[in-house]
Amino acid sequence: MNSMTVTADGVISSPATARADLDIREHEHVSHYQTIGEPFVDNAKMSARNVNVFYDDKQAIFDVSLDIGGNEVIAMIGPSGCGKSTFLRVLNRMNDIIPICRVQGDISLDGDNIYGSDQDTVLLRARVGMVFQKPNPFPKSIYENVAYGPRIHGLAHSKAEMDEIVETSLRRASLFDEVKDQLDKPGTGLSGGQQQRLCIARAIAVSPEVILMDEPCSALDPIATARIEELIDELKANYTIAIVTHSMQQAARVSERTAYFHLGKLIEVGDTKEIFTMPKHELTENYITGRFG
Amino acid sequence: MEEDLHLGQHISRKYNDELEHLRGKVLAMGGLVEEQCRNALAALVRGDAVLAETVATSDHRVNELEVAISAECTDTLARRQPAASDLRMLVSIIRMTSDLERIGDEAEKIGRLAMNLAAGHEKQSYYAEPEHLGERVLEMLHGALDAFARLDVKAAIEIASRDPEIDREFEALTRLLITHMMEQPRAVSSMLRVNWCARALERIGDHSVNLCEQVVYLVKGSDVRHVSLEEIRDKYLEPGDRKETGGEVDG
Repeated sequence: MNSMTVTADGVISSPATARADLDIREHEHVSHYQTIGEPFVDNAKMSARNVNVFYDDKQAIFDVSLDIGGNEVIAMIGPSGCGKSTFLRVLNRMNDIIPICRVQGDISLDGDNIYGSDQDTVLLRARVGMVFQKPNPFPKSIYENVAYGPRIHGLAHSKAEMDEIVETSLRRASLFDEVKDQLDKPGTGLSGGQQQRLCIARAIAVSPEVILMDEPCSALDPIATARIEELIDELKANYTIAIVTHSMQQAARVSERTAYFHLGKLIEVGDTKEIFTMPKHELTENYITGRFG
Repeated sequence: MEEDLHLGQHISRKYNDELEHLRGKVLAMGGLVEEQCRNALAALVRGDAVLAETVATSDHRVNELEVAISAECTDTLARRQPAASDLRMLVSIIRMTSDLERIGDEAEKIGRLAMNLAAGHEKQSYYAEPEHLGERVLEMLHGALDAFARLDVKAAIEIASRDPEIDREFEALTRLLITHMMEQPRAVSSMLRVNWCARALERIGDHSVNLCEQVVYLVKGSDVRHVSLEEIRDKYLEPGDRKETGGEVDG
């Protein structure tokens, strides 16, 4: 593993010490900026340490350290421009496609640095899938939408296996019963909520370990939203889910932990129950109660 | 996080107004309940049948306020889905109005007993025995409402700390009345009534402690019901703020 860790002081530590550096609690030099709450968990699926993100000269994320625990749903909330979506995209290198974007720090999946030079981003994005704000099915049949990923990753060796994957994925996304008689119809012909569940089925089809959701319900009506939230609840048995949402009620409903971002900094993170009844930081309090900051 | 709650300042001014209105209504209910208690005690001590009847027949005003506040809380919960301090404000108001309503019931009870006592015979000296206890309980109630109005945790804990003394005073009063009963067996029934009044006052003290606990919940976010007074003081008071009084807070 070729891990380079940039500490909060801008000191680049050598690969040999990078693992020890993962735990910033042992290092006094980062105490000048302290997230309130408990950003670290014992069973971390993904770990971000001292992450800084820049768009050209403009810094979008400041020294964020956060664990995403296995099989947990973590919600990231905060006002527009707070960096929550940027942080989410950094987790599967979605920002690579933006040329002016630079990422510093250490982000690992199961302990392996995802920004290592030997990391295949296509494989990474199969392990860390993403669902976007606007449902974006391919202009193909429902079946092909789900089968596309498994096909390019060579996950199915026969038509029967592919059928199996498509059905299982659609079932897990709670969509199969609604579309089983029209698998050859275009995915774009479905309703918004169904399209979003199709996109979730598409993400699930390549057996990801982590699913990143960027405002997955903001284009959906309350009924479709409730179905997606129900789905998130079922999916967490098999997947780790990080969700960015503008709806605080949604964060309160679906997540176990909540992280509050403000102006690129991770201000507070903790149990969702705590954050919504007794937030510790005034900025968090102001945001979730709808007060002026 | 700062000690103080930042009420007001919502982006939605209407939301501010709603919460402020609700808080005002709780304080109005508190004021009414206080007045009922004060009148009940005065009617008892003075043997004033007219005032006693006024108290005994005015409890509906307290009940109406309880229902109105409860409806407003439900409405705000449904429309605003409050979180954090706003949520705690509503939850504590819902709990506090229930305690205030019960305090109102106790005042009504004292009113009825005082009516009965005043109607029976000429005023007897032992009617005034609960006066000191009553005054102290009224101070507690007033202090609890004041702590809520000012969101003052220290004051709330200080008020709650007085409850063990109230309990001791009630015990002592009961013993005193039992002595009177042994001396004047014919007056046993009215002395029992006086003791019931004292018991009602002691209960008002307990409900005032509950009000104080809600102030701590509202400001600090932790539920201190059924937590010992010692623990509460250790957690929320600076060493300098502490006055040594023992016992457990239990409503």
